[in-house]
Amino acid sequence: MPKILLITFGPSEAAVASGFVAKLGGDVTVLALAATGPSAYNVLDAGFSEIPPSDTISTGVADIARDYDYVAAVSSLAAKDLLARLAGHLDWPLVNDVTAISGTKEFQHPVAAGAAVETVRVAGDGVILTFRPAAFPGSPAGGVGTTEAISLAVSSGSRRTEAAAKSGTRPDLAQAKVIVSGGRPLQTADKFEQIIGGLADALGGAVGATRAAVDSGIASNELQVGQTGKIVAPDLYIAAGISGSTQHLAGIKDSKVIVAINKDPGAPIFEVADFGLVADLFEAVPELTAQIRQRAVAQ
Amino acid sequence: MKILVPIKRVFDPYAKVTVAADGLSLEALGAKFEINPFDEIAMEAAVQIREATGSVEIIAVSIGGSEGEEQLRKALAMGADSAILVETNDPLDSRVVAAELEALVRELSPDIVLMGKLATDGEGNQTGPRLAARLGWPQATLLSSLSIVGGVAKVRRETDLGEEAVELNLPAVLTTDLRLNEPRYIALPGIIKARSKPLERRARATSIQPHSVTVGYASAPTRPAGQRVNSVSELVAGLNARGAI
Repeated sequence: MPKILLITFGPSEAAVASGFVAKLGGDVTVLALAATGPSAYNVLDAGFSEIPPSDTISTGVADIARDYDYVAAVSSLAAKDLLARLAGHLDWPLVNDVTAISGTKEFQHPVAAGAAVETVRVAGDGVILTFRPAAFPGSPAGGVGTTEAISLAVSSGSRRTEAAAKSGTRPDLAQAKVIVSGGRPLQTADKFEQIIGGLADALGGAVGATRAAVDSGIASNELQVGQTGKIVAPDLYIAAGISGSTQHLAGIKDSKVIVAINKDPGAPIFEVADFGLVADLFEAVPELTAQIRQRAVAQ
Repeated sequence: MKILVPIKRVFDPYAKVTVAADGLSLEALGAKFEINPFDEIAMEAAVQIREATGSVEIIAVSIGGSEGEEQLRKALAMGADSAILVETNDPLDSRVVAAELEALVRELSPDIVLMGKLATDGEGNQTGPRLAARLGWPQATLLSSLSIVGGVAKVRRETDLGEEAVELNLPAVLTTDLRLNEPRYIALPGIIKARSKPLERRARATSIQPHSVTVGYASAPTRPAGQRVNSVSELVAGLNARGAI
């Protein structure tokens, strides 16, 4: 049976990976970089409170990984940064953002800003993969595995002088079941927070933004959704004042239900939306927020 | 200081890309080829380092067919001092490209390899860190700002939680993200000057083979057409019926 090393960067990743590793097939060991709880799988717990820069831990991770047939991680910026370097150390093939397993050592992933899907066949002693969990639904594996604390070697390399700080209490885009996103028509950071944030809070969801909204300073960087920001796949994605550039659509098309609210009836976002409402967002979104809140009270 | 900027020739990233009839390649009808936009940002960043710190030699390098000269001439027009085309029609993947770049780095000894975080065609997302690992150099990917102070690269980079600040001793491999800069407009004198700058054509330095090959392409699945609703109440009813709220 192939041996799979699943590298996790956060506490919930082992659970969302269950569908992918079941499809890949093999004996799963989790290498938990960040402190994590018990898992269905056996865990090697490196237990970093803050994961060090990739170039300082990659040789330590490579020493563990070379005994495995597959190294996999939920696709994220952190995972791609580390696993690409790991691919260099091990001289193994790496396929990022896998959305399907189509044969023995054949994997599919989106290319050209989501316009096409490429099937790649890889050869090597081992294979490294990052994958999009939304493409591999599955229920969490049962049982509880063992947890072994390990001390992962940290070597010299780049030095973090200021950590990224997550602001606010809303869920992360990557994990959110509901995302409400806004574009540049929101005009100011205050209106963005009030209108987009208001609906997100009513739905218990995360806030997203277009690149244009981020570039114009009305939303912060880490909220950017799209090919050059975060690829998301929530159950419900609500786009308000978003025209739907190719780059943005590439980042949302795996969402289960997409809602578009836009003044322009010709906006491309309507071509991918399950529900399209041609309306002024400044009226429609607060009304939607109010109706959602009323439903919550009624229930 | 010496900066090596790898350049990939890609379809115009804003062109509509479709799958060729045989399913074995991508095409963009009538589209021009461009420098991969993230590599163009790297080229601009290299020029900005020269403007900020003085004497910096910038070498642009591309690996591929002879047509890559077009993109290298553009890099020269942007401000590269010289260019190298590793001319080959061999199939290339990130492994091969990283190995060829490693050979160039060992020969030319740059202080920085400054390159795109990914190429917009294949979206492999890995050549920079692969190269850094092969060289045993530190890396910083996804840069949104960059300055060189006393032989140390001070950068800000995009992470899943926002931006972080990182310092690296040189030599290092750095990769660019969109916010690092906006590449400058190339004026005619630059284009004319680029014609007389040195562009060396050479053969591959290694015989390393790809370990990933493209089996084929398919068009991305499209979402079925949805429905228009006429009011917020109708929207809420529709979402309710779908179990989305």
